[in-house]
Amino acid sequence: MTGTTAATHRVWRLGADIDTDLLAPGHAMKHGIDVIATHCLETVRPEFARTVRRGDVIVAGPNFGIGSSREQAAAALVHLGVAAVIAPSYSGLYFRNAFNLGLLLLTCAQAGRLDEDDRIALDLATPAVVAADGLRLACEPIPGFLMDMVRAGGLMNQLRQRAGKETLHA
Amino acid sequence: MSDTAAAPQTLAQKLIAQACGRRSVAVGEIVTCRVDLAMFHDSSGPRRLQPMLEELGAQIWDKQRVVLVMDHYVPERDDDARRIVRIARDWARAQDLPHVYDSMGICHVVVPQHGHIRPGMLCVGGDSHSPTGGAFGAYMFGVGSTEMLGVVVTGEIWLRVPETIRMWWDGALPRGVTAKDMMLHMIGRFGMNGGRYQAVECAGPAVAALSMQERMTLSNMSAELGAQAGLIAPDATTARFLAAAGAPPVDAAPWFTDAGADLVDHRFDAATLEPHVAAPHSPANSRGVSHYAGTPIDVAYIGACTGAKLDDLRAAADVLRGHTVPAGVRLIVAPASLQDQAQARAEGVLQVLLDAGAELFPTACGACAGYGDPMGDGVTVMSTTARNFKGRMGSPSAQVYLGSPYTVAAAALRGRVTDPREVLA
Repeated sequence: MTGTTAATHRVWRLGADIDTDLLAPGHAMKHGIDVIATHCLETVRPEFARTVRRGDVIVAGPNFGIGSSREQAAAALVHLGVAAVIAPSYSGLYFRNAFNLGLLLLTCAQAGRLDEDDRIALDLATPAVVAADGLRLACEPIPGFLMDMVRAGGLMNQLRQRAGKETLHA
Repeated sequence: MSDTAAAPQTLAQKLIAQACGRRSVAVGEIVTCRVDLAMFHDSSGPRRLQPMLEELGAQIWDKQRVVLVMDHYVPERDDDARRIVRIARDWARAQDLPHVYDSMGICHVVVPQHGHIRPGMLCVGGDSHSPTGGAFGAYMFGVGSTEMLGVVVTGEIWLRVPETIRMWWDGALPRGVTAKDMMLHMIGRFGMNGGRYQAVECAGPAVAALSMQERMTLSNMSAELGAQAGLIAPDATTARFLAAAGAPPVDAAPWFTDAGADLVDHRFDAATLEPHVAAPHSPANSRGVSHYAGTPIDVAYIGACTGAKLDDLRAAADVLRGHTVPAGVRLIVAPASLQDQAQARAEGVLQVLLDAGAELFPTACGACAGYGDPMGDGVTVMSTTARNFKGRMGSPSAQVYLGSPYTVAAAALRGRVTDPREVLA
């Protein structure tokens, strides 16, 4: 995950304050991630889990991921193949969980300039979001050890590597 | 690495410096800390950690520093819950864990009541309300299961040294106004991410005057402010609570924010604070109770780590003593721990609530997070819990209002949102 990805990421546009209970509803928490993921965002976007495609990105308003520590709220997006979330701000706890699970979060003050169904590219070296018309939206820098975690596919894979085990990719 | 600097430090900086073996740390630095205590529960803990540990062939770094609490899926209501709790019990036995609290109450209350969280420690919890531990002058924050796995294997965790946002409360709280109202006021003003994942420190005469359990309510809901940690400098109140909990003697003296430390200060006056209520579906929809007074309710819920500790039960009993709730209103009481429930029984507080018509629910997380006996369609609930996100307590069409135990008890009594000062004798 370096350089600019091809401009193939389709945008799902969500509002502000998308909380963990919307991403991983309490009633589904007793199940595994395969079931939880089918309920992801069901209250606000009932079609999301059914129609999201691998490589799609979520663009949201401020405070994405507020609420619970349940990392299934990040794991569900990884399970569904979401390539990244782009938002002006995140819950700090969600931010840690996402990188630990290999989900890239881009903090982008101008995320609001992207629309539903836009096609965008991600420049991870800068980092920046690049819209189809070439518009570049700067994102906050990400510490190198967190980018390493995303590249490895999450903390568990890094621990696997350290233990001399084979790594798994979602 | 400005290890020589004698610049004034915040409480958060001092705690983190201690945990990473430095004399001082600077805001914004990323440091690796030694973890003094790792707490997790049946939902976030063994069912997620066990398979990952087995796959890695790894061991727990220090079992004495691990606390496991069964509180989310107990009592077991279905086969899924039985499976999850059985995994936790089997794993605790197989690992021979020394600190396990099974069905004794909610982790954020039970763990301090057994003296595990003490001034100067750095603690992590597998739950978002883990900042509760900050009430004891420990740097405690919540992490997800994968990050907890990292802690359990290595005994370490990384941190970005936070700024401190100090909430300075002057004055004294009037009768019927509580720490919960202070927090709802702050969340209403700053929003659910107003804490920006920094350290919020509550201080000032009104905070110093709070009981230990009221301080825990403040720190608990710093999670709803979006803070990483919710700190309160420890003092004689902290030491007394911990001594009663059987903890080794504590030294509270080093753990305070130095005069002149770099921080953001906000000032409040406790004396003029009114009871606060947060309307559906966010704790940030919080205003003085008069804005929502008169809203009819179906259920009054006194539960959770936030709102069903002994002091919370006492507050509810102050309102309900000698009264019964009207027909058509359900009053549910789910004490936060067995210890609090036993003390409430011994004091007659529990009997007051039962005489008022309360249904006594298990000492577990219960409906707060949609476990246990969740709220049904279209029900309007007034609750002492921390969060009223859409669907959190059960049905997405349930309308949940948040308030203090006084305010929830007053709503139970009148069947509508009520200023508790109107009904307190």
